[in-house]
Amino acid sequence: MAISFLLDGARIDLDTCDPTGSVLDFLRSQLRRTGTKEGCAEGDCGACTVLVGTLEAGGRVQWRALNSCIQFLPMLHGKALMTVESLAREGVPNPLQACMAGNGSSQCGFCTPGFVMSLHGRAIGATGCDLPVEDVIAGNLCRCTGYGPILEAAQEVPVLAQDDAAVIAQLAEIAGLPASGEWQGRPWFAPGSADELTGLLREHPDATLVAGATDVGLWITKGLKVLDTVIFIGDIAELATIEASDEALFLGANVRHADAHAALAQLHPDLGELWRRFAALQVRNAGTIGGNIANGSPIGDGPPALIALGAQVMLRSMEGTRTLPLEDFFLDYGKQDLRDGEFVAGVRIPRPESGSVIHISKLSRRFDSDISAVCGAFALTLEKGEVASARVAFGGMAATPRRAAACEAALVGAPFTLETMERAAEALREDFTPLDDVRGSSAYRLEAAGNLLRRLWLREQGGAVSVLDMEALDG
Amino acid sequence: MAERDPEPGALVLAKPSHPHESAHLHVTGAARYTDDLTEPGDMLHLCFGQSSEAHARIVSMDLEAVRQAPGVHSVYTAADIPAANDVAPVAHDDPLLAEDEVVSHGQALFLVAATSRDAARRAARLAKVEYEPLDAAITPAQARAANSLIEPTQRMARGDAGAALASAPHRAKGAFEMGGQDHFYLEGQIAVATPGEDGAVHIVSSTQHPSEVQHLVAHMLGLTSADVTVEVRRMGGAFGGKETQAALFAAAAALVAARTGRPAKLRCDRDDDMVMTGKRHPFEVAYEVGYDEEGHLLALSLFLSSPCGASVDLSPAINDRAMFHADNCYYLPDVEIVSERLKTNTVSATAFRGFGGPQGMLAIERILDDVAARLGRDPLEVRLANLYTAGRSETPYGMEIKDNIAPEMIARLRERARYDARSKAIDTFNAQSPILKRGLALTPVKFGISFTTTHLNQAGALVHVYADGSIQVNHGGTEMGQGVYVKVAQVVADVFGVPLGTIRCTATRTDKVPNTSATAASSGADLNGMAAFNAAASIKARLVDFLSRTYSCAPEDVTFGPEGVQAGAARLTFGEVARRAQIGRVSLSSTGFYATPDIAYDRAAHKGRPFYYFSYGAAVSEVAVDTLTGEHKVLAVDILHDVGASLNPAIDKGQIEGGFVQGQGWLTTEELVWDAKGRLLTHSPATYKIPTASDRPKRLTIELWDGQNVEPTINRSKAVGEPPFMLAISVFSALNRAIGACVPEARCLPPLDAPATPEKVLAAIAGHRKEGTAA
Repeated sequence: MAISFLLDGARIDLDTCDPTGSVLDFLRSQLRRTGTKEGCAEGDCGACTVLVGTLEAGGRVQWRALNSCIQFLPMLHGKALMTVESLAREGVPNPLQACMAGNGSSQCGFCTPGFVMSLHGRAIGATGCDLPVEDVIAGNLCRCTGYGPILEAAQEVPVLAQDDAAVIAQLAEIAGLPASGEWQGRPWFAPGSADELTGLLREHPDATLVAGATDVGLWITKGLKVLDTVIFIGDIAELATIEASDEALFLGANVRHADAHAALAQLHPDLGELWRRFAALQVRNAGTIGGNIANGSPIGDGPPALIALGAQVMLRSMEGTRTLPLEDFFLDYGKQDLRDGEFVAGVRIPRPESGSVIHISKLSRRFDSDISAVCGAFALTLEKGEVASARVAFGGMAATPRRAAACEAALVGAPFTLETMERAAEALREDFTPLDDVRGSSAYRLEAAGNLLRRLWLREQGGAVSVLDMEALDG
Repeated sequence: MAERDPEPGALVLAKPSHPHESAHLHVTGAARYTDDLTEPGDMLHLCFGQSSEAHARIVSMDLEAVRQAPGVHSVYTAADIPAANDVAPVAHDDPLLAEDEVVSHGQALFLVAATSRDAARRAARLAKVEYEPLDAAITPAQARAANSLIEPTQRMARGDAGAALASAPHRAKGAFEMGGQDHFYLEGQIAVATPGEDGAVHIVSSTQHPSEVQHLVAHMLGLTSADVTVEVRRMGGAFGGKETQAALFAAAAALVAARTGRPAKLRCDRDDDMVMTGKRHPFEVAYEVGYDEEGHLLALSLFLSSPCGASVDLSPAINDRAMFHADNCYYLPDVEIVSERLKTNTVSATAFRGFGGPQGMLAIERILDDVAARLGRDPLEVRLANLYTAGRSETPYGMEIKDNIAPEMIARLRERARYDARSKAIDTFNAQSPILKRGLALTPVKFGISFTTTHLNQAGALVHVYADGSIQVNHGGTEMGQGVYVKVAQVVADVFGVPLGTIRCTATRTDKVPNTSATAASSGADLNGMAAFNAAASIKARLVDFLSRTYSCAPEDVTFGPEGVQAGAARLTFGEVARRAQIGRVSLSSTGFYATPDIAYDRAAHKGRPFYYFSYGAAVSEVAVDTLTGEHKVLAVDILHDVGASLNPAIDKGQIEGGFVQGQGWLTTEELVWDAKGRLLTHSPATYKIPTASDRPKRLTIELWDGQNVEPTINRSKAVGEPPFMLAISVFSALNRAIGACVPEARCLPPLDAPATPEKVLAAIAGHRKEGTAA
């Protein structure tokens, strides 16, 4: 048996499957469940949202909203799947569906199943749904309604009962089993442990590692790539640990962004805010901390902040574990310090010293579900009104997420004043020659990056510094 | 069919806020879109091969690798098209497949048919095409320099703008740009063609214009219109993007179906869709305006220019509509509007909600903001000073405005939104807040309703009453989410006095109602509602005649209502009436037709009455701007909008809110970027950003104006699809005011272009500081 998963109480066993075939295509073509829609095939619109349940420690099912367009079939192995067709009972829509049908939540209706699934997830306590409802549905685009009725429906039906007893029993039979298979001569594996993974990597050094598939998914749906060997690592539980101590926060590579959110927010509120705006919930539910580092994006959203906080990345192989300052991991555009047989195992983020000044700002064209044009992260310590130490890192300013040496030099030893910030902002011009691209011009990036230093200083003076904190005036 | 009547016993339109007729299907995933229809086993899946060049001669096209790729059934080029290689709506200048020359990046070169969509997509990338590059006009400046136009520059004028400018106490010049917009309908372009017997072909197309698809396919295959049937039950959004653009995909599917005898489907990938299909026209605006101390406009010379892309498409009418809306609600005494329609080597720009109207309207609203800034006056005062009034009520195109409710609407909204108090509070806030600034603006909307191409203002409908009393309604309007099906069903239900649940709306098909116009120009409910009313009324007249004969009563004594049908002393259910009428050999089926009266337009002179009536609205928007980063947020919006006597207030409010947010996206986050080679860089939702839920203003109030249409439209309602889009101009105006607050003493308007991305806002702040402090 290649993979087994549950759908509405039925177990589906596939003897063989295309390892890079999408869950969405399987639902629509094989099962003829056409309620789940393809809007973009890249995880940006949410029309394909489904809920996937995993058996968690303590014997409960944790559901999460995922973009089925960039979930590969083997990633369903050992899990339970819920689609928009799962919700109505004997043809009667559930209360959320009934509310949305009655209040104008749908116009053309094409995005509606995705919204139904995101809000149904929220109503049954799916991962990441403790955020404001606008954040829960930030990964669902609607072009017709303007969102008002959908938000209203979420308020009307905030909670729904979910009886997972049967699912739990069935999942117990299939969860956690390793899986592997072959498709058109190309092998794929889903190892159950890190040791198994190191062994596989030695055998298949060119294998593509897939955790959440939020990036690799697009290689397939848009790039039409054929992957020779795929190793699915996303369900290796030992790589998904979160360990918080007085000194540091350790996040295993497999920790999903949605699961990391609370621990990061606890480390510093700015990290919480950055992760709130990190892609959208469906992507945070799939994408992993390790994947975000390993893919080496010049923007990344995560790495600039982690670099500023002094994070270290753990790289593991048959030879053991190597630890690097995160900034040293990124060598050049698309090039990381990752040796054959090695994988990103986790990241350790030191807890900021008390009294240190941490400031993280993400600038993007749209607040939610967008990649930063510029992401600036600053960690300063102050002594007697002077900057004692400074770690400044930026994404979107160079070929990799990178520290700003000249800017840091301008800060260290200088009084913590607006004038110092102005000088440090000026120094960024020595650090970076950003590109003009679709997310912003070089000039904008440099100007805005410098202004983030001014914003940092102003915030320390106690003022509101973001339009996100503003409410309409009553007049 | 679900029962949707809240109050049995009342006429449907007495309490008209019925949900969308498919709402219960949308939420359960049971609504079937084109891609959801069961595929026959021998279905072929199609993919276009696209041009990598913006303008080039095709030297050679080696498709051998494509043909040999796994799963490929056949490959088609222009030479395989039996008759007309044309999918253009008007000008015959959009080939289905390129012949010798490509004129835009992404243009269709060839067509692959394969056993799976994946196989077709993979194969399409294997072509070896050799090009000889030709000079390309990518930007408006390049097109202008090459004098590359899709049609001669148009001029609409009244009086002598030059002389009036010369004698005006104040004169000002300005210029700005606004971007285009991708429709981003959630359901991408798609069509399925199935060959029938004897050369016939049936096409399910996600199109706003089934009749045009029918005609183009017939011409392409060398068939007659009678051989081709086009059907559309629903679209997953359209917004104008499926008015002409659907034809390319439908024609491709039809070509393969006709050539192979097998059903063929083309479902376009999102990125290909964004590259290959047209978008809203970007505009460049330049003006010189003359005005007095109170801000009265005395003279206006306005230059509008839009890059229309590589073909004509609907660009003439779209640019005309920009000219028609360059007055908005304001009287322009001496005015000259010059409109340049550039031909560029980019994908042909096309219809998009508002159809040029938003671009013209943004121009005049910005001009008023400019005049206000120069005079140091509240922009609302300047707007009020220029509103159409009695004696100043003729548009630049010579149409008398008879239904001007803008002044009353603005007054009411000003009061309700507490514009004056908030305006003061915002000035106070801005004086104390060096970094974060607020802005507030009230802008009105007056939008002309009718296709400006007069003959398009017609519609047909087909109503069947079955002998059990159930009713099918069919009409030429297509359902794209706007609710035209439920509105028309409500109209028909009331003719017969039956509950809405009695009516089933059936898919729009060219074999049921022929020769239809596109569902566009906000006209769907106006035209098709009236046509369906006429169809139902014909049947009703026959029933009245039959019942008055049967029950020996006067025709006036036959009434249809929620309690049933009264014929003299007899009371029957509608089902009983239908049954008896059928036995009495009365026809229970009828077509209905409607043509909008009283409109006429002389395009050569740009004079006449192009519109049957106007729809109005007004909005107040409050925004916040971060002057360090250019980030901004729409904080609160209050809308007052005119839909006449609404056919369905719930549906109409949905259109208003959705239109507003879509307009907000156009003016803020949605930026289209092309590179120097004419390649669209923002070809996916990863880089093209439509509003999300959090972009919707936290406070958004919508009130419907409590008037009715002065013209005898269906139920005295008004069109609603497009006009609310332009309410979002208030956001752009408010952003200008917030930016302006960086230099409160400046007597100029910040140099802000649309869309107001954070980058553009930051640039405008810098520009305003420079200009504002220099002045």
